[in-house]
Amino acid sequence: MNIILILFPLALGLGLAGLIAFFWCLRSGQYSDLEGSGWRVLEDDDIDNSPPAAVVLPEQR
Amino acid sequence: MGAQQDLSLFVRHREGGIEGLELAVEGMRCAGCMRAIETGLKSDASVLSARVNLALKRVTVEWREGVLRPEAVIAQLAALGFKAYPFLPANQHDSEVAQEAQLLRYVGVAGFAAMNIMLLSVSVWSGNSSDINPLTRDLFHWLSALIALPTAAYAGRPFFDSALRALRAGAVNMDVPITLGVVLALGMSVVETWNHSRHAYFDGAVMLLFFLLIGRYLDQLMRRRTRDLAGNLAALKSESAIRLQPDGTTIIIPINAILPGDVVLIQPGERVAVDGVIETGRSKIDQSLITGETMPVMVETGARVHAGTMNLSGALTVIVEAAGAGTLLDEIDRLMSQAVESRSRYVHLSDRAARLYAPLVHTAALVTFLGWMAFGLPWQEALVIAITVLIITCPCALGLAIPAVQVVAASALFKNRIMLREGAALERLAEADMVVFDKTGTLTLPEPSLLNIAMIDPVLLGQIAALAAASRHPLAQAVSRAAGGPRPMAGAQEHEGQGVAALLDGDEMRLGSVAFCHAETEALAVGTSYPSASLIAWRYRDGCVVLAVGQSLRPDARTCIHDLKMRGLRLAILSGDRMEAVAPVAQMLGISEYQAGLTPGNKLRALDAWTAEGRIIGMVGDGLNDAPALVRAHVSLSPISATHLAQSASDIVFLGDSLSPVATAIIIARKARRLMLQNLWFAVLYNAFAVPLAVAGLATPLVAAAAMSGSSLIVTINALRAGRVTMIRQGGEA
Repeated sequence: MNIILILFPLALGLGLAGLIAFFWCLRSGQYSDLEGSGWRVLEDDDIDNSPPAAVVLPEQR
Repeated sequence: MGAQQDLSLFVRHREGGIEGLELAVEGMRCAGCMRAIETGLKSDASVLSARVNLALKRVTVEWREGVLRPEAVIAQLAALGFKAYPFLPANQHDSEVAQEAQLLRYVGVAGFAAMNIMLLSVSVWSGNSSDINPLTRDLFHWLSALIALPTAAYAGRPFFDSALRALRAGAVNMDVPITLGVVLALGMSVVETWNHSRHAYFDGAVMLLFFLLIGRYLDQLMRRRTRDLAGNLAALKSESAIRLQPDGTTIIIPINAILPGDVVLIQPGERVAVDGVIETGRSKIDQSLITGETMPVMVETGARVHAGTMNLSGALTVIVEAAGAGTLLDEIDRLMSQAVESRSRYVHLSDRAARLYAPLVHTAALVTFLGWMAFGLPWQEALVIAITVLIITCPCALGLAIPAVQVVAASALFKNRIMLREGAALERLAEADMVVFDKTGTLTLPEPSLLNIAMIDPVLLGQIAALAAASRHPLAQAVSRAAGGPRPMAGAQEHEGQGVAALLDGDEMRLGSVAFCHAETEALAVGTSYPSASLIAWRYRDGCVVLAVGQSLRPDARTCIHDLKMRGLRLAILSGDRMEAVAPVAQMLGISEYQAGLTPGNKLRALDAWTAEGRIIGMVGDGLNDAPALVRAHVSLSPISATHLAQSASDIVFLGDSLSPVATAIIIARKARRLMLQNLWFAVLYNAFAVPLAVAGLATPLVAAAAMSGSSLIVTINALRAGRVTMIRQGGEA
């Protein structure tokens, strides 16, 4: 039965992580335009705009 | 006229030397538009950021102070093919948004708690029917309490506050039984847990809060959305005026920035944007938006002009007066304040349900308690059963029944280019059994159009329209529009108050008044077939054409009227125009009841007479003279072209030229009301099953949870049907 004492805080912690993520979404304005965001996913200008020579390497960021 | 524009009023200054401007954009519909606008604006190096909000149809642009003028942004959007209007966010907007975010936070916390408690509860339920260790059960119950109590204290605040407010005012609203149910359920559960009992209702209480908060959030969403769209409407309508500066130069500024005492220049062919007194000039003006009368009126120095009238012939300078100073406006103001009190008496469907519901539920709980006491049960056990009655009857489905339908119906309306200014308007519109129309600008188009287009050779019309396009006169503009707005003919000269003329192959071509073109004989025939139209003529060498320009019906007016009749609505026209102009329109549409030549007061009296007969009236109007009637009617609609006052007096505003939104709105509203009532009846039915169970003491936490979530789900799914109104006809252009 001692396993419950470990599992329960774990479950609660996961739930809290979800809640905090939700608050973060809310604060960063992700709920202010529900229609536009859906379309923005499909935009690929972030690929087109960077010419092959200027590819940003991970360590440069 | 090379007047400069000044939009500095709309620019917002942020810290760090950044300036921002918010614009409402017309015609932005899809991802393509969004992309075109954002990339188009960002291609200008001085623009720091441009972000489109597609749901609100707005774009926010930011730039570093001084490098860009706001007019340049609008010009750039125009070059991209979008008409944009600067937007001044209302002050209360920010608190509105904060409130909504707070509500969403409550929903998040309640949802998190409900799920975690359910995790524990399901274990207890399954353990209860097998061999759970009582010690483990107690632990689970205490853990549930640990989550539930802070959650209720935090996320239950909207209900507790509202219930307290209602009780202090000596009233009962839906939040009173909710608060009572939640508090008692939690208190009882703590006591039960203390006594090592098998059952605790933490899950039920928190789940109840979760579902109710969703309903509350939908309600708030709906209200914010209508307010945002109303704000966009205001921006789209916000006109500008040409102000004469003391040094003699002119500048175009938004009306909001014009103060009483300013002098404004009004060109022929322009709509007057302010109320004031004419300082210099002499002109004919069309007051149809104000009085409904389509005959132009002659005005000169000293006469009063009102916003919404159309200046036809000469340039005017007008000294601006404070709004409401005109005699006509005073009269309308007085009538409106008289009319408004009828509206506030309306009681929302949900409040009516609450008034019936709360006493019933509380009596049932009390009777249960006393009944079990009389039956010989110890008072503790009787109290537990009475509290389960309160928990199970908690208006969970009721809280969702109406907001869910409203949100779905409002978005269906929006898709049909109809905007609700207030949520309850939907309920009121569904109740209407009579629709009263204004004529000018409501049944007919606000701008005049060419009536005898079928009798004119299209090639010839093209030539006439090219000459007409060179003139700013509204009648000539109507002719030009009829041919699709061709390029103006080169070298055309305007003859003030008479017409326009141009030389073509050595001969003069004229378009203007009948006398200007010597077309009196030809005009006679046309005049008899279009008695209410204004006539203008065209002459070139031997050719002569008389054009009848006047009010034409909105597209789909006939089908809309037909649809309304089919649905058993009584129809009538109340117009301020002459009988000769009203009767043909009424006949064409097949409306048998019509009155003409009415003052705003007459219109009110006509509505009152019908109301006394027991009719519930929906009024459709656009003019200043309709405003009191719009306020008095049970529900009111106006087209987007309506005057400010009429629009702010009406509950629903529809876009576009077509009249069909009126029928569509009524169809959707009726369907929505039917669904709301269905949902309420479902809630009653649910209680009819659940209450006996609870009274008998059989409502375990499992039963309560299943009943609550099941009923909420059914009500929500039923509400979704409001969006599936199969349209008989889609209005005009898509």
